[in-house]
Amino acid sequence: MKAIRAAEGLLTLSQQDELVDLPNYPLSASEDEGDSDGERKHEKLLEAINSLDGKNRYKLAERSEASLKVSEFNVSSEGSGEKLILADLLEPVKTSSSLATVKKQLNRVKSKKTLELPLNKEEVERARTPLEHEIFNLLHKNKQPVTDPLLTPMEKASLKAMSLEEAKMRRAELQRARALQSYYEARARREKKIKSKKYHKIVKKGKAKKALKEFEQLRNINPTAALEELEKIEKARMMERMSLKHQNSGKWAKSKAIMAKYDLEARQAMQEQLAKNKELTQKLQVVSESEEEGNTEEEETLVPDVVNEVQMDANGPNPWMLRSCNPDAKEEEKPMDSEHLPEPVAHQFSESEEDERPVAEEETLLKEFEERRALRKRSEFSQDAEPMGSRETQDSSSQEVLSEVRALAQRLNKGNLQSRKQRVTSTGTVLQVQREEPAPEEEEPLLLQRPERVQTLEKLEKLGKEECSQKKELPRPILQREWTERNPNNQPDASKGKKKEQMINLQNLLTTKTPSVKSLEVPTIEELEDEEAKVQKQMIKEAFAGDDVIRDFLKEKREAVEANKPKDVDLTLPGWGEWGGLGLKPSAKKRRRFLIKAPEGPPRKDKNLPNVIINEKRNIHAAAHQVRVLPYPFTHHQQFERTIQTPIGSTWNTQRAFQKLTTPKVVTKPGHIIKPIKAEDVGYRSSSRSDISVIQSNQKRLSGHHKKQLKKSSTD
Amino acid sequence: MKVKMLSRNPDNYVRETKLDLQRVPRNYDPTLHPFEVPREYIRALNATKLERVFAKPFLASLDGHRDGVNCLAKHPKSLATVLSGACDGEVRIWNLTKRKCIRTIQAHEGFVRGICTRFCGTSFFTVGDDKTVKQWKMDAPGNGEEEEPLHTILGKTVYTGIDHHWKDPAFATCGQQVDIWDEQRTNPICSMTWGFDSINSVKFNPIETFLLGSCASDRNIVLYDMRQATPLKKVILDMRTNTICWNPMEAFIFTAANEDYNLYTFDMRALDTPLMVHMDHVSAVLDVDYSPTGKEFVSASFDKSIRIFPVDRSRSREVYHTKRMQHVICVKWTSDSKYIMCGSDEMNIRLWKANASEKLGVLTSREKAAKDYNQKLKEKFQYHPHIKRIARHRHLPKSIYSQIQEQRIMKEARRRKEVNRRKHSKPGSVPIVSEKKKHIVAVVK
Repeated sequence: MKAIRAAEGLLTLSQQDELVDLPNYPLSASEDEGDSDGERKHEKLLEAINSLDGKNRYKLAERSEASLKVSEFNVSSEGSGEKLILADLLEPVKTSSSLATVKKQLNRVKSKKTLELPLNKEEVERARTPLEHEIFNLLHKNKQPVTDPLLTPMEKASLKAMSLEEAKMRRAELQRARALQSYYEARARREKKIKSKKYHKIVKKGKAKKALKEFEQLRNINPTAALEELEKIEKARMMERMSLKHQNSGKWAKSKAIMAKYDLEARQAMQEQLAKNKELTQKLQVVSESEEEGNTEEEETLVPDVVNEVQMDANGPNPWMLRSCNPDAKEEEKPMDSEHLPEPVAHQFSESEEDERPVAEEETLLKEFEERRALRKRSEFSQDAEPMGSRETQDSSSQEVLSEVRALAQRLNKGNLQSRKQRVTSTGTVLQVQREEPAPEEEEPLLLQRPERVQTLEKLEKLGKEECSQKKELPRPILQREWTERNPNNQPDASKGKKKEQMINLQNLLTTKTPSVKSLEVPTIEELEDEEAKVQKQMIKEAFAGDDVIRDFLKEKREAVEANKPKDVDLTLPGWGEWGGLGLKPSAKKRRRFLIKAPEGPPRKDKNLPNVIINEKRNIHAAAHQVRVLPYPFTHHQQFERTIQTPIGSTWNTQRAFQKLTTPKVVTKPGHIIKPIKAEDVGYRSSSRSDISVIQSNQKRLSGHHKKQLKKSSTD
Repeated sequence: MKVKMLSRNPDNYVRETKLDLQRVPRNYDPTLHPFEVPREYIRALNATKLERVFAKPFLASLDGHRDGVNCLAKHPKSLATVLSGACDGEVRIWNLTKRKCIRTIQAHEGFVRGICTRFCGTSFFTVGDDKTVKQWKMDAPGNGEEEEPLHTILGKTVYTGIDHHWKDPAFATCGQQVDIWDEQRTNPICSMTWGFDSINSVKFNPIETFLLGSCASDRNIVLYDMRQATPLKKVILDMRTNTICWNPMEAFIFTAANEDYNLYTFDMRALDTPLMVHMDHVSAVLDVDYSPTGKEFVSASFDKSIRIFPVDRSRSREVYHTKRMQHVICVKWTSDSKYIMCGSDEMNIRLWKANASEKLGVLTSREKAAKDYNQKLKEKFQYHPHIKRIARHRHLPKSIYSQIQEQRIMKEARRRKEVNRRKHSKPGSVPIVSEKKKHIVAVVK
């Protein structure tokens, strides 16, 4: 048994070796891998030979202890005495193919040994004798199955026919479906009939939300479908833009504009619409930018430089675009790192995927470009001797590539834009792109010459490797800022090119929240705050774009001053002493003579107060309730005002104070005779008087109440 | 471990009896109660309006006299008892609570000129045109007994007025002279004369009880001291004073009802200038009586109205009139200071509330508080034009109204004439005389 097994192992090994030597080896396998395979097989062979003698048993693989992580990547291969390679596990084709041949051989051997099987179908169907012919004919007529005693089609049909119950069920189902349908129709009609705009608005919003959610889900589950969906959304957006719906020029908008002056809601609605319009029109710019970004992305994918990694995280109009791009870039990065000469085919594939719309023209262009790039790379590698300078040279090459890409992309863009017929303002965008082009190109040579740049690049590379995933989430403006910060010497040049982009970024910030970035090397918080303040300002400016409060106030004041000025009296009688009639005016001399000039009034109280309008007119409605003359006992108006301003009600005073304040000066007891005062009553030795209590007020000094309570018992 | 708990003192929120009001904790933060002045103003306005709405001063009319009521007297001990003497010599005693006459005495032949009660309230004195002074018992005579006076004093001249001392058994009469009588004697203790004209009325000072004042037809007011044989001093006014009344709370102050439509409040120590000239009547003032609180007095006038004046105001705060009330000859303020009685020509005695809008009967404490508060508010905002207008607005009979207008014109004319005279004469030759001094002719000691 053992011997047989060993022999089999040998056989398989030899066959494997043979297979290795085969010329149609798959392209994906690398040569050094093949070498390592060879060594391993050699070892195996040796082992097998050793085991032949019987003493040295084949060591079975066994797991001695539980591993922490049980996964496909941690499979222990102790028995074999060598490391398990993932590639081995992932390559079932090789082994199976090698074994398949052996199996075939074995099968063949086995088949020869066994008895013949019953007649094949072909053999059976072949009728030889006339009797057989007859029988076949009969059978065929009835379509009687020959091989199996199965049912005829008729029988099958009869079997397929429903039973009564089934039929009932089906009918019920149908009825239900119909009822449901009618119900839904009715509901839809009803909903359509609802006149409330608010309701429809809410419904629309809800639908949009739902769609977004679904899209999100779809994106996670099925990216390609999501992309299609995205395309649809984009198209809808374009349609909306085309419709000029939000220009505030419609009937509704005009009516709102009239109402906006008085109605806050209308104003809000108008502003909302304006914002929407702005958003839509903004996207025009952003789209052009995104196209640019697309270019840069292309650069990235093409040029394995980390410089572009920073720019790569384009925060375009829609974040999905970015997401769809980035995974590609990620995928690409790996092979580029591992093997320095990537296959052009793979790249092409990525390109096409990235571009979404594989136009033939584009593709061809890209292909051409790829080939050239690959060529250059190869030559680079072959030529390259100095390890230190390699980076720079690579950079320089990349710069060249960059410029090329730019030109290419420009052409591409043009093509794209022309192809998109809906875009009315495409020429504008193209112009923009073209305008922007020269600046970065100027920037590039400068970048090349800087020795510090290498450092920064290395740093960036590190960063990029560490936080690749993070960076992808970062919004573009921050990164841009970071970029400009890190290379302060580039700024003057960069600013020129980035100006436009920055503006757009501001707008982006308006719509998107800036996530906080912690792991960045250079602190950017201050800048961020500044940015936020700016944004706030701009937002306020936008919100109150229409109303200039200060100017309004000044105007109001001017009007008030004018209105209060004494007016001149014109006493000229047209036609008196001269010709009169339509179109004739009294002579200037006459007018001058009969114009009574109003005397200058006293200076206004608010003459020197720029922020105040004092109405000097007497309000007769209020005056009717005001005291005109200072009443007699008071000597100063302040005294009087103070007495008026001191409340006496229980609303403002405690109960005790209220009682004290409201006690009348003279209190009499009802039903008691009040005797005249006596000499004994006056003074402090007085006892209480039952009939009257008097708080005497000094009549000579009315300002202060001299309280003296006279209490004496009434003598009978 | 310390456990914090809410703890409340039941004293802060539990009522002692169920009749108490629930204690409501209040926050007096002024920011929580804004607009105090406007709110109080509105309250004052409402209070003023309500005051006018509820101003129904007329209470009752006591009819029974067969001639004009000439004099009235209060009972010193009983609030419900009022005595009145008529022009036909009849004296009636009224019960105010029943609003009925309880006793009728044919006291005199001709007018009952004066009537006064003894300080103890057991008897009263009347004087009449028949030159007699009669003392009557307050209680009605027994069944079958005749109405007879306790004492009858026959005088030589007609007595026009009588007043009793507030403490002593002495009384004073006036006519040709002022006589001080002892109750037990038929001859006066002393007779005092100053001038030769008839004296209209004599009044004892209720505080400085030995002092008495009289007013005579020769336009003067004479003050006497009972203990002296000669009068103290006299003040001569422009026109005749009908009667005077002493302030029951201030010994040296009296008010004189004058024929020149005015009332003059004098300080007896300084008679040359009255403290206040009270003007509002449009005809001769016939009688005056002080409120027992001494803050106000009521005056009866020939212009068929009675007016209530605060002592320190020259204008009346109230005017009462009815369609049927003719010349009011006598007026009295009841001893509890709540009501006013007036006897008039057309044989009726009328009972009025002293405060036109006052609620009669017992007030709850809350009602009282509200009343006091409203009163204070009215006082506080009394100078505000709207409130002033509403508070002052009175409907007057056409006769009075037109006379007011007429007198205003006359007064204005006089003033204008004076101004003109001053303007056209040597500066200083026509001095500016104040209203108070204008009516005082002379003070004689």
